[in-house]
Amino acid sequence: MNIALVEYGAGNLPSVERALARLGVASQRASSPEALASCDTLILPGVGHFGALMRSLGERSLVGPLRDAVARGVPLLGICLGLQAMFATSDEASGDAGLTLFPQNVSALPPTDRLPHMGWNQLRRVRPSKLLERVPQDAYFYFAHSYAALDAGDAGVAFCDHSASFVAVLERGNVFATQFHPEKSGPVGAQVLSNFVKFAGEKR
Amino acid sequence: MSLAHRIIPCLDTDGSRVVKGVNFVNLRDAGDPAALAARYNVEGADELVVLDIAASRDHRPTFLETIRRVAAELAIPLTAGGGVNTLEDGRAILRAGADKLTVNTAAIRNPELLTVLAAEFGSQAVVLAIDAKRVGDHWEAFVRGGSVATGIDAVDWARQGVERGAGEILITSMDKDGTRSGFDCALTSAISRAVTVPVIASGGADKPETFLEVFREGCADAALAASIFHDSIQGLGELKRFLGEQGISVRQTG
Repeated sequence: MNIALVEYGAGNLPSVERALARLGVASQRASSPEALASCDTLILPGVGHFGALMRSLGERSLVGPLRDAVARGVPLLGICLGLQAMFATSDEASGDAGLTLFPQNVSALPPTDRLPHMGWNQLRRVRPSKLLERVPQDAYFYFAHSYAALDAGDAGVAFCDHSASFVAVLERGNVFATQFHPEKSGPVGAQVLSNFVKFAGEKR
Repeated sequence: MSLAHRIIPCLDTDGSRVVKGVNFVNLRDAGDPAALAARYNVEGADELVVLDIAASRDHRPTFLETIRRVAAELAIPLTAGGGVNTLEDGRAILRAGADKLTVNTAAIRNPELLTVLAAEFGSQAVVLAIDAKRVGDHWEAFVRGGSVATGIDAVDWARQGVERGAGEILITSMDKDGTRSGFDCALTSAISRAVTVPVIASGGADKPETFLEVFREGCADAALAASIFHDSIQGLGELKRFLGEQGISVRQTG
């Protein structure tokens, strides 16, 4: 399997690499359209700002190739801001278009609870999930964000509640994403990454 | 279902080794940071903080190497700080493998630094660390490892720091630090009421009851401790079981 982490300057790329390495899974970095075109599995990590991420992808001419890869059926896992980038727009950067794999908007969480939503929280599962196979129902995952997708249609398979109900896990065909950081979520996070790798392997 | 209260072991280092002392003085060696990190990762720490308390320019590369060694052991978030004066200092710490950075002295000297760091890395990556000491009827912020008074009210500074971009406050009670006499719940709750971001309480950790107090009365979102964990006076699993039994939401592990 040829797993590539999309490299555009995101800070959490090394920790995703390490988490995969702990599973015995080798990965490489892809920062060019050619590199994306030759991969059979993609991970889009992300921390920081929606607009900055989209502009970074744009400067590297990666937006089209990413969308093409998804259309080809390449399994894609978005993490945190990588999930948000899959949507059309975000309150965080009103002028910047996302990858628009999903038509909805990413919202600023209302200030009902303390923000950023920072720390370990549980999930509410509403649909069968491949990423959450063999993960205990009451498992905690690590979140660090102030924006979130409140709706992803049928793709929203698990939600979390903090300030609002928001999409914590989304899955549609070959597209997967988590608002939490599996690479920072201890053994249950490793299980989620392992489930994604397993799905990608079967898909090949 | 609700956000768990975090238990955060802290590694105070001289750049390469974990050190500890009482009230910021009389430092002594307390072990290898990567070895302690590996232990806490398994035992159920929710996050780890590693600080360079000497923070001299000369051994900066040593501390960055320590961050890399610690990060390699972790499947939980890592916060690092000490001597962050510029955007580039912050970038170097995050590149070395930290998820968040703490800023203390430099932010008081130049509050704009918080804004610059938050714009570049996001507020969720910027932790404002405040060392506070009771002076008369309020708490005053101290800098340079607690050695220099600033005359600035700690609660006002926390509020201002959040306005400038800090996404979390790490409040250390200098009166309590190293004393094992319980957290400063009055200070922590004053900070917690003043800001809308998460607050980490530090200084004075002892028995499990002291953690219960700071979560209930101190309104802390997280509690940080060093020596009680390093010296195995308090086990992380046992502490979390106790808090869970008392009705505090915590992430149980193992």
